[in-house]
Amino acid sequence: MSKPSDLVQGTLDMLLLKILALEPKNGFAVSQRLKQVSGDVLQVSDGSLYPALHKLEQEGWITAEWKTSENGRRAKYYSLTRLGRRQLEREADNWGRLSSAISRVIKLKQA
Amino acid sequence: MRPEHWLYTIPLRLRSLFRWVQADQELDDELRDHLERKTEEYVAKGMAPEKARRRARLDLGGVEKVKEECRDARRVNWIEDFLQDLYFGLRILRKYPGFTVVAVLTLALGIGANTAIFQLLDSVRLRGMPVPNPQGLVEVRVANGNGGMGINVGDNPQMTNPLWEQLRDHQTALSGIFAWGTDTFSLGNGANARNVHGLWVSGGLFPVLGIAPAYGRLLGYQDDQHGCGASVAVISYGLWQGEFGGLDSAIGSSVTVQDHSFQIVGVTPPGFWGLEVGRTFDVALPICSLETIQSVNASFHRRDVWWLTVMGRLKGGWTLDRASAYLSGISRGLLDATVPVGYQSSTLEKYLNFRMAAYPAGNGMSGLRQRFDTPLSILLCITGLVLLIACANLANLMLARANARQREMATRLALGASRGRLIQQLLSESLLLILSGTVLGVALARWLAQSILRLVSTEGNVVQLDLSLDWRVLAFTAAGATLTCVLFGLVPAFRSSQADPGDAVKVAGRGLTAGRDRFSFQRFLVLSQVAISLILVTSALLFVRSFRNLMAFNPGFREQDILLVQADFRRLLPRPLKPLQRDLLDEIRVVPQVASAAMSTHVPLDGSSWTLGFNLDDVRGSSKFTWVSTQYLETMQIPVLSGRDFTDRDTESSPRVALVNQTFVRDYCGERNPIGRTITTAAEPHYPAASYEIVGVVRDTKYAALREPIPPQVFGAAQQYPTEGPWGPIFIRSSAPMPTIIATVKDRLGRTYPAMKLEFQVFQTQIRERLVIERLMAALSGFFGVLAGGLAIIGLYGVMSYIVTQRRNEIGIRVALGAKRGQIISMVMLEAGALVLIGAVIGASLSLAAGRGAESLLFGLSSSDPLTLTLAIVLLAACGAVASFLPAHRASNTDPMVALRYE
Repeated sequence: MSKPSDLVQGTLDMLLLKILALEPKNGFAVSQRLKQVSGDVLQVSDGSLYPALHKLEQEGWITAEWKTSENGRRAKYYSLTRLGRRQLEREADNWGRLSSAISRVIKLKQA
Repeated sequence: MRPEHWLYTIPLRLRSLFRWVQADQELDDELRDHLERKTEEYVAKGMAPEKARRRARLDLGGVEKVKEECRDARRVNWIEDFLQDLYFGLRILRKYPGFTVVAVLTLALGIGANTAIFQLLDSVRLRGMPVPNPQGLVEVRVANGNGGMGINVGDNPQMTNPLWEQLRDHQTALSGIFAWGTDTFSLGNGANARNVHGLWVSGGLFPVLGIAPAYGRLLGYQDDQHGCGASVAVISYGLWQGEFGGLDSAIGSSVTVQDHSFQIVGVTPPGFWGLEVGRTFDVALPICSLETIQSVNASFHRRDVWWLTVMGRLKGGWTLDRASAYLSGISRGLLDATVPVGYQSSTLEKYLNFRMAAYPAGNGMSGLRQRFDTPLSILLCITGLVLLIACANLANLMLARANARQREMATRLALGASRGRLIQQLLSESLLLILSGTVLGVALARWLAQSILRLVSTEGNVVQLDLSLDWRVLAFTAAGATLTCVLFGLVPAFRSSQADPGDAVKVAGRGLTAGRDRFSFQRFLVLSQVAISLILVTSALLFVRSFRNLMAFNPGFREQDILLVQADFRRLLPRPLKPLQRDLLDEIRVVPQVASAAMSTHVPLDGSSWTLGFNLDDVRGSSKFTWVSTQYLETMQIPVLSGRDFTDRDTESSPRVALVNQTFVRDYCGERNPIGRTITTAAEPHYPAASYEIVGVVRDTKYAALREPIPPQVFGAAQQYPTEGPWGPIFIRSSAPMPTIIATVKDRLGRTYPAMKLEFQVFQTQIRERLVIERLMAALSGFFGVLAGGLAIIGLYGVMSYIVTQRRNEIGIRVALGAKRGQIISMVMLEAGALVLIGAVIGASLSLAAGRGAESLLFGLSSSDPLTLTLAIVLLAACGAVASFLPAHRASNTDPMVALRYE
């Protein structure tokens, strides 16, 4: 497996928000899902995951709840808030513009 | 961030702030849960459980680090950090209770003392009068004063009543003008009568000042009309609450003042204490009532009694200069109309040449301010210096402790704390100390200020100042506290944050040479402490010695065992006074315990003065005149140096005789024998010119104040007083205990003269009470001197102890190499001695330089008195020796093996 690419600064937040937009999850599950969906390309180190989640919570984009999970253990479940949804839209827009701009530059054919 | 987003996050942030303990626990749980799941995942993949657990941990990185980062992410703002610092600081302080208590107390004392003195200074000097817009007030008086002409009563005698009336009726420079004078009134009937502070006011006082009554109405122009008799009065808020219980019924009721009935029409507001800083008033009467009732001090008609102060507000657009020029212009006219009768022409000339002028008056008249300004300023400097010493001590303490906490600091740095964070935390600890010290200090200040006022008040002259905390005092305290924080919080904080994280790993620094430069700051602090405390100890010694000089000073008469009796004879009138005098004295002298008794018109050393001009042959001069009965010299134990004393044969009908003192002889008689020569007094209103033959010379005695040089004095026989009178206090000499003699005399006089009111005072106590400022300075500077010395010595002890501890290894080696105990001791003590010596030298030179400011307060010695300075240095050196001996002794007991093994 190739080395997982370093995530561009700031995109981690967007990715986490998106994962949580689909359904509420706890921290461990979020990182697993991200890994799975991206085909192991995008991996968040455990050490950066939780600070990032806490920051998102601080900003009010996600909210947390302690729930008892399937196997009877208590875990902290994060879910997206209304504000978070808006933030996600905004960041997704920005990302779209950025990535198409980069693509345009890369696809330039030699003259 | 959009506004509504920000609003939404506030509850989150607040919640995070208040629940951070709970949040912490949750974080713990969350991470633990994560590790469990991760471990499970690895186990599911086939790893051994132990390995899986370790792997999961490694994946996470440091758990604490992650936690810290999460916390950082949740950081609300610096408030949370700050609160955390405070909480931690509290724990640390509680861990070292000794240090905390000493530090807080020292701070409280320093800040409290400073605040108290500043409160007093502020009250005396800076507070304006308790009236609206005091800055617009001006005072009208004779430029350069009236030269002591006539009789001057009160603290600020500037006008006679006739002159005031002329001014009031003819001036146009002020839009509102009023006059007032202080007095003592007897309040109540007969036996219940007691003395209260009185205020004579003109009709314009309350309207022009713009004071609104607390209840009822205040005196106005209509109440101050000629011929008003004994009609209306206004009482103060304090009297209303105290005497009348604050009841509404007081208004409209009548009250007896000076044996006349007045109707109370209103109460002044609580903030109005009168126009004289440091005094209050109880009852205010309109000046017109003075015509009807008798007063000792004030006079309605007499043109030679100066007792009023005149103030007012300038008309719009008028400046002080313009008003002064105008007043000067109309002066001659006013003076012509009020020329006193009976003066000789030269005095009249002087009177007519007076010119009036306007002066700013916003801060209230104050004899108090003049008397207490210098002492209070000096005290403020003293307390400021004490605070500096206290701060230096604390700085040393903090430094020592900081060095002890080096490993803690290093560990924290290694764990990832930033230098700034460390400094922040250390500063918060200092802040906690200062906060508690300040709160305690403010409470202490209140108590201290009140005690000082009590110290300074005497029976007859209770000093009252508004000591409520105002913004200036608070700002001063805050400034003091902040300065302290900066001074002793910052330096140790900076030093600590420079700890090398590697020290945490090393077991202990061996410090053989123990970095001499590391001690230099502490040494500098001790030096400055010693220097400052030398200044303070010197000043304390100076003031104490000065006070003792004053107390021990021989004023020329014997002040012990004398009782003063003030007899109020007014109810016995009308009756010729001279026979009454004689009879009264005879009654008193019959009492067996009375050795001698006499009457005099002047109480020595009470500050009053009576001057008359005279002619001696062709020489003109002026001298103090006192009228005394027979036995006066005997009672005061003033020896007659030549000639004779007054006897019973000097009566109204026999030729007038006089006694003079040595200074008089020196000033006016030269070589010639004064006895037999004749003095002729200059004419004054009510004192026609009279001739006296000098029949005796008495020894010099102090007249009005101990500090003033002895003036020429002439004594006349009371029975030969040129007009009706005189009347003055009676001096009784008796070796019996004061309470006994008071009771006996009261009883005896009560039987013969039941209508006479008597007031008794112990003469010596009265004199002592006048030394109030000197007493204040001696007491307080002594207290602070001792305090400062103590603090400096503690500081010295602390630093020497610390140095000894740090140099333990070096000392151990020396001992191992054969150094004797004595050598070690002397090594340490010499080092301390050097510090004390240098500090003393610096302190001595500063003391000499600064001492000049206090020269005016000293008596009998100058501010550069070498004996005092030497004494101070010796004292400090001795204490320093003791303080450094203990650590030195400890050093000499160092077991070299222990020292070298100390790791």
